[in-house]
Parts: sequence; C-alpha cells; structure tokens
Amino acid sequence: MTTKEIVARCEQLYMDMDLSSVRQWKERTGGKAIGFMPIYVPREVIRAAGALPVGIMGGGDHVEIIRGDAYYQSYICHIPRSTVELGLSGRLDALDGMLFPAICDVIRNLSGMWQLMFEGRFVRYVDLPQNFAPDRGGAFYRAELQRLADDLGRLTGQEATIERLNDAIERYNANARAVGELYALRAEQPHRVPSAELYLVMRAGNVLDVDEHTALVRDYVEAARREKRPVRDNIRVVVTGVFCEQPSLGLIRALEQSGCYIVDDDWVLVNRYIDGEITVGDDPIGAIVEAYLERGTATSSRYIGDDEKGRHLVERVRALRADGVIFASPSFCDPALLERPMLEAALDRAGIPHSAFKYSENSGQFHAIKEQTGTFADSIKLWGVA
Amino acid sequence: MSTAESRAPEVRKERSMVLQKEMIARHFDRLARAHEEGRKVVYTFVPGNLNELIRSFDLLPVHPEINALQSGMRKRSGDYVMEAEKHGHSEDVCTYVKCDIGMLKRGNVGPTGAKLPEPDLLLLSYTGCFTFMKWFELLREEYDCPVAMLHVPYQAEGRRTPEMVEYVVRQLRDDVIPKLEEVSGRAFDEDRLREMLASSRRAEDDLVAVWESAKHRPSPIDAYFGGVYYVGPIFSAFRGLPECEEYYRELRSEVEGRAERGEGPITPEGPLTEERYRLVVEGPPNWTSFREFWKMFYDEGAVVVSSSYSKVGGLYDTGFRHDPERPLETLAEYCMGCYTNMSLPQRVAYLERAIEEFQADGFLINSIKSCNSFSAGQLLILRELENRTGRAGGFIESDLVDPRYFSAANIKNRLESYLQMIEAKRKG
Repeated sequence: MTTKEIVARCEQLYMDMDLSSVRQWKERTGGKAIGFMPIYVPREVIRAAGALPVGIMGGGDHVEIIRGDAYYQSYICHIPRSTVELGLSGRLDALDGMLFPAICDVIRNLSGMWQLMFEGRFVRYVDLPQNFAPDRGGAFYRAELQRLADDLGRLTGQEATIERLNDAIERYNANARAVGELYALRAEQPHRVPSAELYLVMRAGNVLDVDEHTALVRDYVEAARREKRPVRDNIRVVVTGVFCEQPSLGLIRALEQSGCYIVDDDWVLVNRYIDGEITVGDDPIGAIVEAYLERGTATSSRYIGDDEKGRHLVERVRALRADGVIFASPSFCDPALLERPMLEAALDRAGIPHSAFKYSENSGQFHAIKEQTGTFADSIKLWGVA
Repeated sequence: MSTAESRAPEVRKERSMVLQKEMIARHFDRLARAHEEGRKVVYTFVPGNLNELIRSFDLLPVHPEINALQSGMRKRSGDYVMEAEKHGHSEDVCTYVKCDIGMLKRGNVGPTGAKLPEPDLLLLSYTGCFTFMKWFELLREEYDCPVAMLHVPYQAEGRRTPEMVEYVVRQLRDDVIPKLEEVSGRAFDEDRLREMLASSRRAEDDLVAVWESAKHRPSPIDAYFGGVYYVGPIFSAFRGLPECEEYYRELRSEVEGRAERGEGPITPEGPLTEERYRLVVEGPPNWTSFREFWKMFYDEGAVVVSSSYSKVGGLYDTGFRHDPERPLETLAEYCMGCYTNMSLPQRVAYLERAIEEFQADGFLINSIKSCNSFSAGQLLILRELENRTGRAGGFIESDLVDPRYFSAANIKNRLESYLQMIEAKRKG
C-alpha cells in the first residue's frame, strides 16, 4: 500500500463523525464500544473487558454546532460543545458508555452533564491521581481501575481476567512500539512523514481495533520509508499545548506550509501517554498503575512534583535537535494556557526560541497563524533566533 | 448638593461585623510581623482547607483567592490582572490566578497595605478546582519553599467511597503532616487537632442556624451578598479558633433576633424593609463592583435566600460536621464535600432542594467568565432546574476580579427583565 492509500483510509475514518466503523465492528463482533475523552484512559482495561475503546476528540471543523452552543457560554473551550452536539445528534449512539478522564474542570463537569443528558448510559469519571506514591495515589488508582474493570465486565458480560488484561497489554505495547517507530521516522526524516498524515494515522487509532491500528501504522511507516519526497528548507519545531482540543487538519498543514517541520507534538496523546511498555505478569492492573505513576508523560494536566517544570520539554527539544517550540493552545484552556508561561521560562533559560498562538478546533482561518509561524521559521533560518 | 449629602450612606454595623473586621485585621497584622516574630506562613486555598491542622502547628495561613477578591473589592485587581498578562498570561484564564500573580509582581502588598510574608510552605489542597494545581505550580516558580500536594478526589458519582477517604487520609498522614512538622519544627499533636475540630463543629452548628433562618418570611439574611461575609471566618483562617466560635454565636444571635422581630437583611444602606423576591443564586459574585451588584438586588427588594457560592468551603447544611473522634477522616470528608467538588447531578439536586425548601420565587445563575469549575455546565443546570421546579431561571455573566467583564447596564437590564418574568409568573 502507498502512503496515499493509507492516509485516504485514515482521513475517511477521521471524517466519519457517525462512527460507522465502530458500528461495523460491533456488528462483526457483537461487542460493546466505550468512548473516552482526551487525554488518557487505560485502554487495556476496556479491551480486556471485551469492549472497543473509542477516542472522542470533539467534532473538529466539520461538525455544525446547532445544539451544543446552547450548553456552553462563549468563554468555554470548543471541544465540549461539539461533543455535546455529537451526543445529542445521535452520532455517538454506537457507544455503550463514556469515560471522562480527570484533566480539567470542563471535562470533569462534562461527565456530570453526560449523566444528566444520557440517563441510563454507562458514564465514568476516571479520577487519575495526582499523588504518585504507590501506597497513596497508586492504591487509590488501583481501586479505581479494578472497579472500572468490574463494572465494564458487568456491562459487556466479559470479565477482565488476568489473562485478558495481559493479552490487551501486549497488544497495546505492540501498538506503542509501532507509534514510536512512526514518531522516530518523522523526527529523523520529517520530509517523509508530513505531520498532517501522521496526525491522521494517529487519529485512526481512536476508532480502530488496536491490532488493526498497529498494522496500519506499520504499513504507513514502511510505505513512508519507501517513497521519495522532496526535502524542504524548513526549521524543526516541537509543537506543544495541543493537549486535549485538537487543531484542525488545515491548521496542521498550514504550520508545515509556513516552513516548520514538526518533529514532536502532543496531539492524540493517548497513543503515547506511557513512556515505554507495560509489564505483563501476575498483576496486570498493578502494572498499568505503575506505568501511570512512574512513566506518564509530562503534560499540563499532570502535576509535576519535585521535578523542574519544563525540563521534559527542553530535553525533548535537544534530543530531537529541534530549532524551537510552537505553543499551540486551545482558546480558554486553563491547563494549557497556565502551563505556557512556565514552559516559556524554561525555554528562555535554555536559550530555545518559541512562539505561541491560540486556536479552536473549528478555526477556519489560518492566515494570521501561518504568517506568525512563517516569521518564526524565517527568523530562525536567518539569524538562528526568533 | 452639599458634601455631606453626596456622601455614601453610613453602613450599619452589627457587633458580628465589628468582630469579623477585628479578627481579619489582627490576622493580617500577625502576618505582617510573622517572620520577624519567627512564625511560619502557609499559603493554601479556601475550598477544603485544612485550617485546623495548619493552626494546630501554630502556622499562619494565607489564602491567595482571598487576597484576589480583596484586591477586587479595593479596585486594584484590574491593574494586577493586566500586570500578569504583561508577564505572558493569557486573557482567557482564571483571573484569581492573574490577580495573585500580578499582586506578587507588584510587591505582594496585601489588602491592609502591609506586605504579605513569603510562604514557608505551599500547601496545595487540590479540591474542586483543577486550576488550583496550575496556580500553585506558578507560585512554586516564584518562591523557594517546600510544597505539599493534597489531591482530593472528585465526587463524580455523588458520594465519597471508603477508598477516596483512605486516599486523602494517607496523603494527610504521609505527605502533608510530615511537611507541616518539618516547616513548623513541631510534632503533630492529635489532641490539639481534636480540640480545634470540636470548636469547628460548634461554629458550624451556629452557621447552619444562620442559613436556616432564611426560611423565615421575610428572610433576616441575604445568603449571597451577606452570605459571603458570614462565611469569611469559617472558610478562611479562623475555623477551629475560639474567636471563630464567638463570631458565629454572635451572628446567630443577631440573625435570630432579626427573624423574631420580622426584620429583613441588613444591606449597605440599612435594613431591607420589603422582601419582594426570594431567590436562590448559583455561582460566585463579582468582586470588582460588589456593592453596585448587590444594590441592583436590594433596590428591587430581591433577597437571596440560599446560594451555592456560600458553600464553596463546605456544605454544612446537608449535615456534615467536623468530627473530633475521627480527625484525619473528618478532614478528608470535609475536603471532598465542598460545593465545586460535587458532581453536576449533585449540584442540581442541591439547588433544587434549596429552591423548594426556601420557597424561592426563582433562581439566578451568575456565570463567571474565568471560573470553569463553576461555569462549565451551568446552562444545563439552568434547564434542569427550570424543568424540575417550574420556577423562573435567570442567567447573568460577569467575572471574579477582572473589571473589564462587569457590565453594570447589561446585568441590571437582565436582572430587571428576570424579575419582571417572576412577576408575570405570579400573575399566571
């Protein structure tokens, strides 16, 4: 398969707001589907309980908001209103339940709204601990996950046994390895992996069965390595702050067209939230907990205890030989926007240039952003600084 | 008009008001002298605060939200917010945070005009508001002091599970108390904590009696505009102290006296003589134009008989009391029980009950631009309450401490229209 063919399929899945691929999966397997909001839930538990985890990342720029706006004031970010729109218009009917991870107050409150609006459906707030000691946050999270596994098992009729949990962990480990290869290839040869394509490949993981997605990622990596594409005189940037509400495809394309090769990003973070693999063994829930506590990605929704704020970002920039950082944050996103000044300070201390803009998932005009990032790229190319 | 005539009307001061003013003045005075007297200072947040625990170590608390709201009431917050924006903070984010950061950048001068002491400990009690976490991460960048983090689980399913309580208790025991011991140089004294919790409980009983008084017609209190003063001592630096008990004894006695005499609440322009509308209000008030905002209500004879904001530091009216027999468990339960740590269905049920029990004519939501914890979901709350109670719901918008988002004309217009809607409903 060519990258073009793979990307065309991914784009079709990306545009499929009715989740028809999920419906087909359910018809084929007789299984249940469980939706989840950004940025992270342990999908291994959902799969072990016999359900398909389905990532819901709002409606992007291709859902007309008719009812969703009536539920939110103008000063609330966009993703909850498009998610409500999807729910009320029946486009999420394929889902048998929804999980809302603890990432901010808006998603937290959306979990309660979902309980009120969709009475009788399975709704769970996944309270990710901010205390990372095994006997405190770990013990609490373990109890939460066990309860989630038990409740999902009751919903699906399929108990999440140790064997099934280990099996799911192995499959997601394989997926993480494939995604790691994809990101490594883009970081090494970004001209071979346009970020809009990488993004679509990552988004496909939201709706596909994990094995199918792993195969798709591998096929794409293989095809991308094979195909020749022109090398452009772009700078190398890390894009961060995307976090939850996703940029539109057009915005990602605009960033690259403005002269920036994106060598790392934080979109569709669920595919890369855990650094490394989860251990298979006698205590799979414990292994998932350990991975979250010890190897969760530094992001704005995760408390950074004694560590230096921004260290992780500076290290990524250096390891990837990036020329600078672009902060792309959704409007009205408290976690991302409050995080930004701290990260900017860390970059300043490290002498790393950076630029920042805000967007909404349905932003349709990219001219100003393109001009800004283009100037950022030019200034680095010309003078080495922004 | 003579100078005397143009002067603002004298505010009638009851003894409880004087007591509270003196308590606050003494506290800020102690804070100003804290470091020269060798006392240690803990910065911490209002909702779910651990005041008894902090005080049992003889530490002095500072609450950044209170500094921010005081700056708002003293018309200084606008400059502070813009100062923070100059330092790279987005116009979109919480203005309490920006006001605090701006105040810090301008020398950290507190509400009494004295410089606030730097913290010896940042005690991040992460209850009911995600932004608290980012706020303390930002403060941590500014101060060289230890940080204790207390993660309080959310009541997503409308209840506290034993695992949730255990999680908080373990953090108190293994993270928070050791840090307090380290900073204070004192060992944890559980008996002292128990005594303070017993004191809290007595003050809480009196506060609930004050809330309950609003069931009278006319209500002797305004549970929103007056309510924010009533919760001042118990939600901040005084819960667990004898002066807090004294304040609530006095307040209860005054309020019960007013109820017996059939008097309405005291406003900045004296007692309200005619109660025309009984309202329940959801959401925090605006602080930058607090008096103007309040006046819009009492000029129309609108009295708030119950409010959610006055429960942001604890819902004693649903039965919770600090329990000295289970000191750490009770602190854990208190932290989890604050209003913004409740799920949306719980919040709706709470407001519905208030509307019914306090015989409100309707309910009003003051939606705060920069407070996602309160605001996200309020439009659904509005619909649910209208459907469940059949009472008129109103919706106004402002901000906590950013004066750019207080439009007096718009709010007044909406409030008047809303009250007309209540009138129309009365007439059927």
